[in-house]
Amino acid sequence: MLSALKTIWLVLRHMFHRRVTVQYPETSNYLAPRYRGRIVLTRDPDGEERCVACYLCAAVCPVDCISLQATEDEHGRRYPEFFRINFSRCIFCGFCEEACPTYSIQLTPDNEMSEYKRKNLVYEKDDLLISGPGKYHDYNFYRVAGLAIQGKDKGEAENEEPPVDVRSLLP
Amino acid sequence: MREIVFHLLVVVCVLGGTLSMAGALIWLERRLLALWQDRYGPNRVGPFGLFQPVADAIKIFTKEDWIPPFADRAVFVAAPAVIVVTVLMSFAVVPFAPGVWVADLNVGLLFLFGMSSLGAYSLILAGWASNNKYSLIGGLRAAAQTISYEVFMGLSLMGVVMLAGSFSLRAIVEAQQGVWFCVTQFPALVVFLIAGLAETHRLPFDMPEAESELVAGFHSEYSGMKFGMFFVGEYLAITLLSALATVLFFGGWLGPVLPPLVWFVLKTGALICGIILLRASLPRLRFDQLMSLGWKILLPVALLNIVVTGAIALLGK
Repeated sequence: MLSALKTIWLVLRHMFHRRVTVQYPETSNYLAPRYRGRIVLTRDPDGEERCVACYLCAAVCPVDCISLQATEDEHGRRYPEFFRINFSRCIFCGFCEEACPTYSIQLTPDNEMSEYKRKNLVYEKDDLLISGPGKYHDYNFYRVAGLAIQGKDKGEAENEEPPVDVRSLLP
Repeated sequence: MREIVFHLLVVVCVLGGTLSMAGALIWLERRLLALWQDRYGPNRVGPFGLFQPVADAIKIFTKEDWIPPFADRAVFVAAPAVIVVTVLMSFAVVPFAPGVWVADLNVGLLFLFGMSSLGAYSLILAGWASNNKYSLIGGLRAAAQTISYEVFMGLSLMGVVMLAGSFSLRAIVEAQQGVWFCVTQFPALVVFLIAGLAETHRLPFDMPEAESELVAGFHSEYSGMKFGMFFVGEYLAITLLSALATVLFFGGWLGPVLPPLVWFVLKTGALICGIILLRASLPRLRFDQLMSLGWKILLPVALLNIVVTGAIALLGK
């Protein structure tokens, strides 16, 4: 009996506690920069597309929501002819971001992407490409790695930096 | 002529007032429960979420009105109406303010007991007509609970009747001019409130519908506005219980400065909030605990209260 009265008193005192509800559309929870939300395609610092259409993201995607077609420009550089993500399938696992060798595909903290029509959840390259470099401001794939071809080793071409010694601890 | 118009007006106001009170209570209960659980509750529809019951009503009216093929059709349809009708009938004898009542029966209290006993049929018949074992168990529990707690509820009020010397609710309020019965009849007040909660099968006494064990008990098979009738009936019953406690123990419309009707509404509202607080804090009893609480504690307390009150009343003469 006494315990029941104590319970009632305890509950009554909760009247003066702070309410824990987050009133969502007006205020929203803090989302960390590495929160896995809407997927974007980024550009390198020169404003060129980073994506080299290697298909690794499409291969690693567990729900097969990424579809793209590779093509080459006049310099022989690969880029995606189309790049399509079906967000009604996407589970935001971030595997594509991990697989990407050029930091092109990145996940952002934006999660407000509801649509009335399911069709609108299929994002084309125009919808995915952003104008900036995303999380990696100075990274340019072609400058860092390069490719050894006849008469030129890695990092010897114009505007190319020599490759990092991966066996060294020093930066 | 003017008398008749006034009385008709009172009837309409009581009917409209109690029914809209039931709607408002749905909002109030959700907001208060949220307040005590550190949440907000419905606050989107209209100012402070006040139109939430309207949205709920539109939704429940447009729901499919489904009668299971195995149910006893006629009884199934009639059962939800019984509880609303009996509770609304009970409001007929409640005196809201001097002169503001639908009927001043000299057996008002007995009429109330009769109506609340009839209300038990609603749950029993609903459980039976659903032709579903969980509903039937819920109906059985409702029957046992309502019939046993009817006893203590009646007995607890005999002390009040002795002191007031009348079964008329108006006379009982007027007998509290000096000191309210909640002081002189405190054990009766406790027994009455517990029995009343059991009668309205509210938490912590909602064994007839215990979601965790009986799905939803007697109303498992009900949907749409038929379920809505049970819902409205329950909230009307809460209002009735609070109004009765106000009339019987807290001096009804009596109070300084403010007009009588305001005092009545304030007291009733405070009691309703108390009942909601009980729901927010106490867990549901087991059925055998409910029965032993009733027969082993409340019955002796009520009887002792009658004996002592009777002795004092006789000595005072």
